[in-house]
Amino acid sequence: MSVLTRKADRIDRLADQHGLSLWQEALRRLRRSPPAIIGAVIVVLFVVIALVGPLLVPHDPLSQAWRGEISEARGAFPGPRAENWLGVDHLGRDEFSRLIVGARQTLIVGVVSTLLGLAVGVLIGGIAGAAAGLGGRAGRFLDSFIMRIIDMLLAVPSLLLAVSVAAVLGQSLATVMIAIGLVSVPIFARLLRGAMLAQAESEYVTAAVALGVPQWKIAWSHLLPNSVGPVIVQATLTLATAIIEAAALSFLGLGNADAAIPEWGVMLADAQRYLSVRPEWAIYPSVGIIVIALGFTLLGESMREALDPKLRR
Amino acid sequence: MQAFRAKAVTAAVATAAVLLSAGCAESKRGETTEGDQTLVFGVAADPKMLDPSFAKDGETLRVARQMFETLVQPVPGGTEVEAGLAESWQASPDGLTWTFKIRQGVTFHDGTTLDGAAVCANFDRWFNATGVMQSPDVTGYWQDVFGGFAKNESESLPPSLYKSCAATDAATAVLTLTRTSSKIPSALGLPSFSIHSPAAMQKFGATIGGTTQSVEYPEYVKAHPTGTGPYKFVSWDVAAKRVTLERYDGYWGQKAKIKTVIFTAIPDEAARKQALRSGDIQGYDAVAPADQKPLADEGFNVLMKPAFNILYLGIDQAANPKLKDLRVRQAIAIALNRQALVDSKLPPGAEVATQFIPPTLAGWNADVTKYPYDVTKAKALLKEAGAEGLTLKYYYPTEVQRPYMPSTKDLFEIQKADLEAAGITIQPVPLKWTPDYLAAIRTTSDHDLHMLGWTGDYGDAYNFIGTFFDRPRKDFGFEDQALFDLFKTADAEPDATKRTELYKQLNAKIMETLPAIPISHTPAALVLGKNLTGIKTSPLSSELRLYTAEYTS
Amino acid sequence: MGRFIARRLMQLVPTLFGLSILLFIWPRQLPGGPETALLGDRGTPEQLVLIRQSLGLDEPLIVQYGKFLERLARFDLGTSISTRRPVLTEFADRFPATVELTVTAMIIAIGLGIPLGYLAARHRGSILDQLSVGWSLLGVCVPIFFLGYVLKAVGAENLGWFPSTGRQDPTIDATHVTGFYVLDGLLTQEWDASLDALWHLVLPGLTLASIPLAAIVRITRASVIEVLGTEHVRTAEAKGLTDAVLRRRHVLRNAMLPVSTTIGLMTGTLLSGAVLTETVFAFAGIGAFLAQAISELDYPVLMGFILFIALIYVLVNLVVDVSYGLIDPRIRVR
Repeated sequence: MSVLTRKADRIDRLADQHGLSLWQEALRRLRRSPPAIIGAVIVVLFVVIALVGPLLVPHDPLSQAWRGEISEARGAFPGPRAENWLGVDHLGRDEFSRLIVGARQTLIVGVVSTLLGLAVGVLIGGIAGAAAGLGGRAGRFLDSFIMRIIDMLLAVPSLLLAVSVAAVLGQSLATVMIAIGLVSVPIFARLLRGAMLAQAESEYVTAAVALGVPQWKIAWSHLLPNSVGPVIVQATLTLATAIIEAAALSFLGLGNADAAIPEWGVMLADAQRYLSVRPEWAIYPSVGIIVIALGFTLLGESMREALDPKLRR
Repeated sequence: MQAFRAKAVTAAVATAAVLLSAGCAESKRGETTEGDQTLVFGVAADPKMLDPSFAKDGETLRVARQMFETLVQPVPGGTEVEAGLAESWQASPDGLTWTFKIRQGVTFHDGTTLDGAAVCANFDRWFNATGVMQSPDVTGYWQDVFGGFAKNESESLPPSLYKSCAATDAATAVLTLTRTSSKIPSALGLPSFSIHSPAAMQKFGATIGGTTQSVEYPEYVKAHPTGTGPYKFVSWDVAAKRVTLERYDGYWGQKAKIKTVIFTAIPDEAARKQALRSGDIQGYDAVAPADQKPLADEGFNVLMKPAFNILYLGIDQAANPKLKDLRVRQAIAIALNRQALVDSKLPPGAEVATQFIPPTLAGWNADVTKYPYDVTKAKALLKEAGAEGLTLKYYYPTEVQRPYMPSTKDLFEIQKADLEAAGITIQPVPLKWTPDYLAAIRTTSDHDLHMLGWTGDYGDAYNFIGTFFDRPRKDFGFEDQALFDLFKTADAEPDATKRTELYKQLNAKIMETLPAIPISHTPAALVLGKNLTGIKTSPLSSELRLYTAEYTS
Repeated sequence: MGRFIARRLMQLVPTLFGLSILLFIWPRQLPGGPETALLGDRGTPEQLVLIRQSLGLDEPLIVQYGKFLERLARFDLGTSISTRRPVLTEFADRFPATVELTVTAMIIAIGLGIPLGYLAARHRGSILDQLSVGWSLLGVCVPIFFLGYVLKAVGAENLGWFPSTGRQDPTIDATHVTGFYVLDGLLTQEWDASLDALWHLVLPGLTLASIPLAAIVRITRASVIEVLGTEHVRTAEAKGLTDAVLRRRHVLRNAMLPVSTTIGLMTGTLLSGAVLTETVFAFAGIGAFLAQAISELDYPVLMGFILFIALIYVLVNLVVDVSYGLIDPRIRVR
């Protein structure tokens, strides 16, 4: 066990779980857990807003229709009124419409970056796990080679990893998503590999090997499907961190530089200049970020707890 | 266990009480006894070092302004120059020889006396710079004003404007130039031409070494800046981001009212504002437009610095053949609703620019061609020029604030909306100010449009229009030999009245050919604590003199 | 024990080697370059050309990498583009501030987190449990810079109890021996300087503590639940030991192992959080310096920082490992 794999161990521990019945029981217990229900309601609501909201918004979120009414010099920024339910923003655009459309953009950033991390992480972790579990000596070598690289990524703080990506690729929405996705790659890879290793030791796999089932088939139809549980839990939690991290990147000036299309992190970063005049411009997107992150976290944590046999009593 | 807990609670309560009383003690800051007061000024960053002659950053220059003086200096609140360390000066009719009468009875902070020889020693130091000191990031201002050095180490450096300096007696320094220039004497008021104590420079070593990648600063510029100004250097705590200055009691003029001035770096703008409100600092510079009114309403002294800058929309004629067509450039100009932009996003006192120099400057021309907002006509012009459906790349900087562009992203969004209303499609190209933006604008040719501006260094129109248009530049990508020649004539004209006439002609010509579009002149603001007064603001960005400041109560 | 530590140190070599290659390649991928950052606003096109000449990277890559490694071996991380000082000096000057801040945050997080986690576990399913878990979760979900602004708006601007920025009142002319201001005040017996530094730590400390707090509450709760379920605790309960004794002798001690691991693992995350916290509070530590370096792409600083952080991370985990080895001899052999 290397020093750097300490963090990895914690991730591996989460992966230490078993088959389908666990899922069924977990689902039953989730239905009885208030945090899980709250989390699920928040998430569903958010997804609905993100999907349907932009079709129903009262105004074009990009149109600076009320710019004539704002004046930084006089501190004049129209507040909530019949026409603009939450007032207008610093460029004379409808704040409410921007928030709603921003929900979609925020969700896209969260989901895409998580999926990116998930896909790459699962690929790497899956190869390593299959190799280590089934591939004999050469497999173990391949596994340890891959894991060294992954450990190295774990050692670099996420923010710096993101900075590096942004520095190389330039500033854009894609960069933000790649950067945040990259940060979660080692976590997913570790997690899946650990879970697959645990499965590889189980009796039914030993039996399958003894029966002469091809290795790729064991990996594909036994190890992988039985190891996805913790990965799904992690993905839910990662969605929350991804949204918060996107906001942090915007705050540090590494967010999507072309911010015509509203996104909560960017809106929050923009609002900083107006904290003394219009604190609500910072509060709206912040509350949005907090609530949705809380939703995903509650759901993820409840799932984790429901799946963790050690916490059952 | 029980006893332990009780003890812990007592300790916690006691600690809290002590902390609270410490907190109360703190609120009395800045109100100590008369003559022993302290002013803490919030700045965005630490100075790079402490020698204004080899610095380009505003932070260094602002601190240096308190400690150093120049031969001539800007009049308080204006851009013309008046007597500084030179009581008076006289130019020969050809403008090549300048005789400065040096003020007597002035001492440096190390006790040595200012005389003609000391002044010339400073010019010798600048002119004889070698190695990394010839790099434009060290001696940029010298190169802007005087060109090259005694021995130019790079072919790209021009021959020097400076010829020699002679101290004919203790009270006289004679500066000889190689040709006539509009920059003298105004430019000598720049902080870069601050007069240092030759003795102190000798003692601590003032030659900058190393390479461009890793410049090595000598002791003098790091820890012993020695000038003649109202404040002298005490300490620079790099780790704590704090520069401390103290009143120089041997100052020749009016002595500083507040004894100690501390510059403390608070990089985040919102944090500077909160620090002012909670009393951590007593003032800061470059107040955001949106904060000016709220702070004034709360009773803070918000002082306006008159506009001495220009924000413009640059057009690169080499990047896109359509932009070579004057009608297209005119269409862009009238498609922009500049008045609306100024009204909505810029601070009080900002105004639409009709040309590239502010109205307060000699050479400003009331009769230049104007381009009032008219989106219908813009569309017609585009159609006429066969440029309908025009798509333009618009470069703009991020991560930067300047008085003339308080929020680049907002200014871009507004112009984009205007231009798109006229049927021009805009492709945004946001680039970080450092390190990418200026390099992209000034060394490549891909930027159809770009946002940039300029703050004047000293009170001469050439410092504005000459900087932009007196030679071919990649920024604008045009060649107009007649214009360039007219600039040469103006620069070499020793007679001020005639030169002003030439500047007026230049402004008219520029606004006719429209190589770029002037947008606005924007005043900057400075905010001071509620009971802090006596500071006179200047349009020049590096001009902030704190020695006249005082607490009223 | 010595061999154990030596073996752990040996394992660092490949990781650090890989990192050095990454760090070497990275800035060479960047668009633009340092030359323009050096010139600032007023660089004319002519000056830009001039300064590009004076730099220039024309040697073969492998030679450059050799020089790079050689400099690394001498702990020469290059010179910051924006401040013109050696990166290592900058770090050395600012590191104490960051340590002070993170330690404060850890103390707050541990002081609040362990009791909360323990209580939540003992009263599992109760309102207290839900509240402490919910509250700690909320802590992770609030963007840390937003929390910082809110705490400042309330604690510094409205109530005026705490200073809003910095590490110490600049008007206090304190002597700085170690760079740890609180410690310095104690060493030089300048009590007010020490108190003032402590006072400046409250708001940023609270802000940064929100990150580890949630994790600590969660891990404590989970491991206490686990320990409570084990045989020996049930036996002890059956024996009728009082709550306090039970807590001290059996539950907390056994639950501390995973908690201390987590604390070791939080270092990297905490340092990321410090970047945001220090920026909001103008707290002159490494984090604020890094934020500035990010916005200006001061890559000698960024590179140095990644290396530095990786080292710290590795060292902290080494310490955690070694302390493990001390607690549980079985780990040493593995």
